Amino acid sequence: MTRKIGYVQAFNEAVRQEMQANEDIFCAGEDIGGFGGVFQSYAGLQKEFGERRVVDTPISEQAIIGLGVGAAVSGLRPIVDIMFMDFIAVAFDQIINQAAKVKYMFGGSAEVPMTITTGGGGGLSAAAQHSQSLEALICHIPGLKVVYPSNPYDMKGLMTSCIRENNPTIMIKHKRLLGMQGEVPEEPYSIPLGKANVLREGSDVTVVSWAKMANDCVDVAEKLESEGISVEVIDPRTMQPLDTDTIVESVKKTNRVVVVHEAVRFAGLGAEVAAQIQEEAFDHLDAPVGRVAAPFSPVPFSPVLESNYLPSPDKITDAIRSVLARPGA
Amino acid sequence: MDFSTDVLMDMHRRMVRIRLFEEAAGKLAEAAKLPGFLHLYVGQEAVASGVCAALDDEDQITSTHRGHGHLVAKGGEFKPMMAELMAKSTGYNKGKGGSMHISNLDVGMLGANGIVGAGAPIAVGAGFANKYRDNGHVSASFFGDGSTNIGAFHEAANMACALQLPVLFICENNEYGEFTPRDKTMAITDIVDRAAGYGMPGVIVDGMDVVAIHEAALEAKERALRGDGPSLIEAKTYRFYNHHGVQNLGLKYRTDDEVELWKQRDPIFTFEDRLIEAGTTSRDEFDAVWEELRADIAEAIEFAEDSPMPDPDQILVDVYTDTPASDDNREQMTGAAS
Repeated sequence: MTRKIGYVQAFNEAVRQEMQANEDIFCAGEDIGGFGGVFQSYAGLQKEFGERRVVDTPISEQAIIGLGVGAAVSGLRPIVDIMFMDFIAVAFDQIINQAAKVKYMFGGSAEVPMTITTGGGGGLSAAAQHSQSLEALICHIPGLKVVYPSNPYDMKGLMTSCIRENNPTIMIKHKRLLGMQGEVPEEPYSIPLGKANVLREGSDVTVVSWAKMANDCVDVAEKLESEGISVEVIDPRTMQPLDTDTIVESVKKTNRVVVVHEAVRFAGLGAEVAAQIQEEAFDHLDAPVGRVAAPFSPVPFSPVLESNYLPSPDKITDAIRSVLARPGA
Repeated sequence: MDFSTDVLMDMHRRMVRIRLFEEAAGKLAEAAKLPGFLHLYVGQEAVASGVCAALDDEDQITSTHRGHGHLVAKGGEFKPMMAELMAKSTGYNKGKGGSMHISNLDVGMLGANGIVGAGAPIAVGAGFANKYRDNGHVSASFFGDGSTNIGAFHEAANMACALQLPVLFICENNEYGEFTPRDKTMAITDIVDRAAGYGMPGVIVDGMDVVAIHEAALEAKERALRGDGPSLIEAKTYRFYNHHGVQNLGLKYRTDDEVELWKQRDPIFTFEDRLIEAGTTSRDEFDAVWEELRADIAEAIEFAEDSPMPDPDQILVDVYTDTPASDDNREQMTGAAS
């Protein structure tokens, strides 16, 4: 049965149902037990599963990830929470040098079936250390899988996949989507990692975007429809591995593409998407790949500064018009 | 504590295995047969041997960049170890880890580690898994004096105590963090002073005395399995060779006299003398052990030298696991549109 629930409830339901099904799954992180997590992602889970399976940890990000790595190589399936994505920087050794590399360094003899959950994204005046979208940093590390859902349905299905996955995954919850409502089936289901979703079909231009920005792009696409501009919006959902095939297929149809993300433009994932498109579909392009992203500065605090910093519907619209302005082949 | 001759000879054997493996590795490195870095454990054999003799196969250990000794002591075999050091496909890590990442999960060795301090949080995770499953096992983390200055160690020690996990923290204080003496990098003499800050007992043992180490490890293990949480054991020890490579004397950071003084306290030879003096065993018996293990080492070197290098098509193998979770037999609504 399907009913409307929030993005964060969809996350919570995936964790709860997987924990009910598999005794090897446990959760650990700051404030997630008694309090349910600062975003209430883990609300009610300690009450249902007890302190043994939902563990309040010290504020020790390195040890939280290390706890997960050690437990995972010992046969458990940890879900470990890093409250804000910015804090993964504190735990980078355990994420980059340990979790991501154990399987490879050990010649395949070990697995790390661990899910790292965290909250990313700006728009809350949370300033430079609580607002970043750092997906490009972690996508650069072989061994990790990275997921950044844009809606409640995808959240539940992707989180379920992350938990069932035998590789270390990082599930990023966008903080501005926590309350987003959507149709979500009650029963467990999974969405495969590495499979993009066409959020909206269109024929004139392809827009590639994820998390909150994907929703903004759909809004823009709907407005442009009234002007007779048909925009296809593709949400990769999983940033690593990236579903290049779906993106390239779309570009071959529309011949024009814009990539939109919250992270800074320089060496953001837009650069990788653009590079892959020119490798795979160079002859199909009628315009250079457009990019809409944050300028190269830390996320500012003042709402006035931050709203000008983040990609806006106007900037997305301008970028779409710009790639459409080039004459076709 | 009195130990049976079997236990004493078992610990002796572990120490000799380490010594012979490390001496052989050093010679191979000098002959340019080992690619990469090499950090030898010679001098510290009693620590790994005394602790690992107190552990079961299923108990896990985490190690350091100076990790061969820990794997040998935990039951690692010469052939796949030597092959790994030579970067061969028959190595424990199929030539993808080498000296600094050598591991074997079958004997509970969760890896040497190229990052100082990184093993401690992983040992805490292994300890968590043991407590979670109530399986009667412990984990032990080996680390040097230098790594107690790293945040990861502090976080791990605090978390293990906060969660009362069955973990043994084994500090091998060899007085030097790489090339810098301990007194330049910390204001305390004994690492064990740090234990109280986490709420765990700490004990100093002679790191050249395998029996003392074994006793301390057994006590810490018993405490952990009682549910009373972790312990810190500080073994005062010394590495006979350089931080890396095989040069032993001189350099600028240690005096020849200091090295020689510690060598007189060699953990294997002093142990042999003690056992002979006590009439536990004889020189002949020890000689037989050395002889047998020397033959094993020679065989392992031959095996490693004859083994093939990994095929270049293995570069992308084992970056990810492709197998789906085996316990998932529910219907997957794969690819359903949102």
